Amino acid sequence: MALPSYAGPGEIAWYYGYRFVCGLIFLFLIIPILVIIPLSFNSVPFFTFTPEMLSFDPAGYSLRWYKDFVNNPQWIHSLQNSFIIAIFSTILSTVLGTLAALGLSKPYTPYKAAIMGALISPMIVPLIISATGMFFFYTNVGLAQTHLGIILAHTALGTPFVVITVTATLVGFDQSLIRAAQNLGAAPPTVFFKVIMPLILPGVISGGLFAFITSFDEVVVVLFLADFDQRTIPLQMFSGLREQISPTILAVATILVTISILLLTSVELLRRRSERLRGMTPQ
Amino acid sequence: MAEATLDQGDLMRTADGTPLKISIARAMRRNKLKALALIAPLFVFILFSFLIPIIDMSLRSVDNSVIPDVLPNTVAALADWDGEGLPPEEAFAALAADMKAGRESRDIGKVATRLNYELSGMRGTVMGTARRIASVDEGPYQEALIKANKDWSDPATWKLLKRLSSPYTMGYYLNAVDMRFDVDGNIEAQPDFRQIYVDLFLRTFWMSILITGLTILLGYPIAHLMATLPLRYSNLLMILVLLPFWTSLLVRTTAWIVMLQSEGVLNDLLVWVGVFSDDARPQLVYNKIGTIVAMTHILLPFMVLPLYSVMKTIPPSYMRAARSLGANQFTAFVRIYMPQTLSGIGAGSILVFILAIGYYITPALVGGTSGTLISNQIAYHMQQSLNWGLAAALGVILLATVIALYFLYNRIVGVDKMKLG
Repeated sequence: MALPSYAGPGEIAWYYGYRFVCGLIFLFLIIPILVIIPLSFNSVPFFTFTPEMLSFDPAGYSLRWYKDFVNNPQWIHSLQNSFIIAIFSTILSTVLGTLAALGLSKPYTPYKAAIMGALISPMIVPLIISATGMFFFYTNVGLAQTHLGIILAHTALGTPFVVITVTATLVGFDQSLIRAAQNLGAAPPTVFFKVIMPLILPGVISGGLFAFITSFDEVVVVLFLADFDQRTIPLQMFSGLREQISPTILAVATILVTISILLLTSVELLRRRSERLRGMTPQ
Repeated sequence: MAEATLDQGDLMRTADGTPLKISIARAMRRNKLKALALIAPLFVFILFSFLIPIIDMSLRSVDNSVIPDVLPNTVAALADWDGEGLPPEEAFAALAADMKAGRESRDIGKVATRLNYELSGMRGTVMGTARRIASVDEGPYQEALIKANKDWSDPATWKLLKRLSSPYTMGYYLNAVDMRFDVDGNIEAQPDFRQIYVDLFLRTFWMSILITGLTILLGYPIAHLMATLPLRYSNLLMILVLLPFWTSLLVRTTAWIVMLQSEGVLNDLLVWVGVFSDDARPQLVYNKIGTIVAMTHILLPFMVLPLYSVMKTIPPSYMRAARSLGANQFTAFVRIYMPQTLSGIGAGSILVFILAIGYYITPALVGGTSGTLISNQIAYHMQQSLNWGLAAALGVILLATVIALYFLYNRIVGVDKMKLG
């Protein structure tokens, strides 16, 4: 949308004014996330820029809060919990979600809309309600305050993302490829691993990444279901922000931002690959 | 007979002799079953780990089984009582027996809590009476109970018990909309100082609308810019939208606390620039402003992404055609461009609104007391007041709203077209 040569002064002013406003909105989106990164290297327990930091005095910066994070067994324990829970629930939701998406993408599957509605309901229902329901039920069956309970709960919350991304990948999937493979004598497992899987892999992985981040970032269900032993990073941050607010949280936040940048990059690369495979131009 | 044979002879058959029609139908049925078998594991899993827990929770909002379960004899004895004056001696005897049994099984505390929701002070009455009546072995129980606590001489107490005899109650829903049953079982408004939920629902509603409006206001221009810029620039800008989207919710909330608190980055900047003096720093967090700013930031990507995907499909030639037909920039935009983006605005708005009315974490951390939403009250009743029936009733009302909005969303976009990332 370059400025046309016949544009009048009003139009020119509007053009630059509009871009200026957009720039401010982008700043609003990104500044809060960027601000915490330098602050996490603060050498004093403040949540704002000290004069030393602003004058780029090396004394104003330190790795103090990162050391604090690494040396605090409570944080390390939560980090372990976060990874264990997220990895297992990602595996479970990816397997279950991919199978279901394969079933849902067949043209002759009955009751499609109703089944889809039920399967993605964990994404629609507000987390506080899911957490409440799970709290009662999981307590009754003895799964509350266990790692398994939280893994199952997070699996339920993560599957809708897998179902949606894999279903979307399968839209461009040519079902006759399956028949061709069968015709050539491939058994169903061979068809799945040699023909279907390579084609839908980008969708499966990006669905899995969504499931991972859902679990890794989830705090309401953990708040209701976890005991001290199952504390995760987000829960630790949540209680930290409520009680004794310490810049260690900023160090953790910076680490999490790094993780999200890595995840974002992988999903973007996968999405482009998937679109290339389906023969579509990117976007 | 001859005709029939002829007909059969005309049918197309598969190699083994079954008519083709039947054979295809059979294969189709097998395919359908295979497809369902692929879906079944997840469906069963979601059913047990998610849907049944939600239904179970919903039932708690009308559940009143504790009174009939713990006080069965009393409930039976009160069944024939007409509610005039005091009930007969056998009701007193039944209550005494139930209380003794309840004290043995330690269930009496549940009754005390349940009755206390309806009439404050009942917890003490029930617990005290149960303790004193334990040593009374023979009647008349009327005298003994009244001696234990004079509340039992008040017919209102007995009317309350009779009203709660049914295993189901609408009481929690009434509480959730600031109503209650009076002594005679009629519905009346709660006293003024206890009327909080209707206001809270309205506040949740208005704040969600405000946040949705703000995300449209902020999201529309940048989505439009990204949709019209060449791909290599718009992809770069897209990262600025997607990075917050992928960043942990807790991180973003922490970031806003850091930005907005009174010794925080924004206030320091404002003081430095000279907008405010050092001792007059505005309170920007732990109130409504904090909730609105942080939630607008967190939900903005959910508005930008659907808007962008709709705007991307609008050919730029339409605008040029409008301009060449004599429309100025503004007219062309309002009459040609904007109507085509309405579906994107609709999709984004419903998505943001659904997420906003159920938000818990951010309001809990940056909302203080004036910026909390209905979810925070549900969590409060779940974790602190332990009035689970009321928490469930509030939850069901919230859930019903969300489901209604979801159907609307499905109507507008269709859930299968939902895009992620």
